[in-house]
Amino acid sequence: MTPMSPHLIWFIPLLPFAGFVVNGLLGRRLSKNVVTGVALFCTALPMLLALWLTATFRAEHLLSLVTGHHIWIQISGFQVLFALAVDHLTLVMLAVVTGVGFLIHIYSAGYMAHEEGYWRFFAYLNLFMFFMLTLVLAANFLLLFVGWEGVGLASYLLIGFYFKKDSAANAGKKAFIVNRIGDFGFLLAMFMMIAHFGSLSFGSVFAQVAMHPQLQGGFLTAICLLLVLGATGKSAQIPLYIWLPDAMEGPTPVSALIHAATMVTAGIYMIARCHVLFDRSALALGVVALIGALTAIFAATIGMVQTDIKRVLAYSTVSQLGYMFLACGVGAYSAAIFHLLTHAFFKALLFLAAGSVIHALSGEQDMRNMGGLRHRIPVTFWTMTAGVFAIAGFPGLSGFFSKDEILYHAFTMPGPMGKLLWAVGLLTAFLTAFYMFRLWYLTFFGAQRFEDHLADGHHGDAALVHARKDTHATVVAEPAHGHGVHESSWVMLAPLVLLAILAVSGGWIGIPMALGGTNHFEHFMYPVFSTSVVPHRMLQAPAVSYTLERTLAAISVLAAVLGLLLADYFYRRRPDALAKLVHNTRGLHVTLVNKYWVDEIYAKLIIMPLMMLGRYALFYGIDLAVIGGGTALSAAGVRGTGGLLRRIQSGNIRSYAGWLAAGAAIILAVTIFGRAILHIF
Amino acid sequence: MVPISYYLILAAILFSIGVGSFLIKRNVITIFMSIELMLNAVNLTFVAFAHMWGNLNGQIFVFFVMVVAAAEAAVGLAIIIAIFRTRETLSVDQVNLLKL
Repeated sequence: MTPMSPHLIWFIPLLPFAGFVVNGLLGRRLSKNVVTGVALFCTALPMLLALWLTATFRAEHLLSLVTGHHIWIQISGFQVLFALAVDHLTLVMLAVVTGVGFLIHIYSAGYMAHEEGYWRFFAYLNLFMFFMLTLVLAANFLLLFVGWEGVGLASYLLIGFYFKKDSAANAGKKAFIVNRIGDFGFLLAMFMMIAHFGSLSFGSVFAQVAMHPQLQGGFLTAICLLLVLGATGKSAQIPLYIWLPDAMEGPTPVSALIHAATMVTAGIYMIARCHVLFDRSALALGVVALIGALTAIFAATIGMVQTDIKRVLAYSTVSQLGYMFLACGVGAYSAAIFHLLTHAFFKALLFLAAGSVIHALSGEQDMRNMGGLRHRIPVTFWTMTAGVFAIAGFPGLSGFFSKDEILYHAFTMPGPMGKLLWAVGLLTAFLTAFYMFRLWYLTFFGAQRFEDHLADGHHGDAALVHARKDTHATVVAEPAHGHGVHESSWVMLAPLVLLAILAVSGGWIGIPMALGGTNHFEHFMYPVFSTSVVPHRMLQAPAVSYTLERTLAAISVLAAVLGLLLADYFYRRRPDALAKLVHNTRGLHVTLVNKYWVDEIYAKLIIMPLMMLGRYALFYGIDLAVIGGGTALSAAGVRGTGGLLRRIQSGNIRSYAGWLAAGAAIILAVTIFGRAILHIF
Repeated sequence: MVPISYYLILAAILFSIGVGSFLIKRNVITIFMSIELMLNAVNLTFVAFAHMWGNLNGQIFVFFVMVVAAAEAAVGLAIIIAIFRTRETLSVDQVNLLKL
């Protein structure tokens, strides 16, 4: 690497920004081909740069690289630099963001081809890439926060892309506002870091923590918990996960890129990045693990009964993000990032394939109105099949390796909590397999249900029996250009095929030693996480726990197969049994269909009081009474005084003359007698 | 030699008459004449003080005032004629259209 070359890193985030500027300012006047060309060029080049960077790191055995020493903020002793940092963790994130991002850009060119605001879409997408790359490349918390907020903005803009639709606009607002709660935690964490470390740079903060081994818990716990609050917002974990399912109002490529593969993993990235802090706080790690496990199973149960194909995937994403949280919580950061990587592949694939299905059906998203698409859209079917088997954790596919690593690390965590977390994780794996195969069967197998619109309850999902209560988002206005069922164009299928290959093979870089691999991925991540004080299994004595690891893998494969068989039984062979089951467990089913009424509970407990406070105390009280009243009062005062004074302006010349004379007399009197009066006092 | 106070008292009386008739009279021409009276009262004080100090500045100032008064008389009479042509009155109380 020549001395100049680190500066090339700056082009990785800045190129998409250039794309955003060009398409955002001129896109309206440019032709579609030019818009597409600009957007693709501005994402392809960063991908190549990221590849080049990875190659350089490998060739030169670099561990980290910091570039840029421009002072951004300087306040007495405290300063923030405009600096980018690259290490192995960043390289993985760069690969995910630029690689998956580029494929989704290609896909979008096909998917959005008939949309109004084509240029706007690509401008926003490039803007997102800029902020996301800033986020992963940042060398300090403040720059990370810029990216963090920026991706939130891009997410808001893209969720509300169909802004003429109320539900989309509201979903955008919801995502933005819920994320604000998390950002508030992040901000407070940064303030505490400034107070305690006097710096926001990763290097300085982590070095100071490393230098003081006696720092345990205490304010570090506070910082970590505040960071976790930020992460729960961005990564859609309990209690702030509610925005992600609604975010499915955005175009499907957006759901794939932002709300599955990249942005929502920012929280996991941030926790992994701060592992030095988290390792010092057992409490914070426990909270992370608990949140992760709870979210994983909670979202998986909701996902089981959703009928909107994108919402199933949304809850699946929440659940899988919970998995990653769980991994972070047990100190297996490398496993979390590994799952982040494989999840980006198969979940982006699943979303894009779902988009292809929706495209084929001219905008239909309800799985109850699908079915039998296997032969109609074969490429979509086969690629989606790869994704479904990968996420379900079938042996050899990417999801299998990453998920098993997490489960293994949870199981081997000392203490009873580890076993509990493992059990929850296993149950989630089973549920995941079940709802993914349910989606698979409902979409691609059985009778075609899309011509006879809104099928009657005799066939298909028994969820029909209890029609969904929530009115929003079921019937959709996604891109529709009405002609019959058709396979998507190759612009859309090529990314699907590539992602399918990645979803199948992406896990092979991290095959554990117990299964005959070398666990290359963990070795790659080792320099980043080696400072972790949580005992790392990296250097475990060979063969000691291989039996355990293999057994655990076998159990989770069993869970996946069980999920497949159950879905097969209920959704292919015996739909009547499903109807009966739904009938027998009516209460549970209704609870699940209504998503545990979490939205309603939040509405009653938090939103209502806030609305009341806003309306009565702030609007009527402060705004109308104090501010409005005060303004009205001063206006009335001015008007009253004016009313009095305007009488002087009578228009009568002699009265003017009188005032003039009186004034002159007063001035005369003051000049003559004023001094004397002053003397008296 | 007449003491300066005599001049000043005379000027004050003249000025007061001017002010008083300015306030009391309704006829524009009379008002105009009272303005001239006030100007000349001031002129008188100028000349008196110039004589007292043996300084010509006051005398020269009087010429300026007279020139301005002459110019003012020309403009003022023109305005008075214009008012009379349009309103057919010279009473200032009826020239009050500026007030709405």
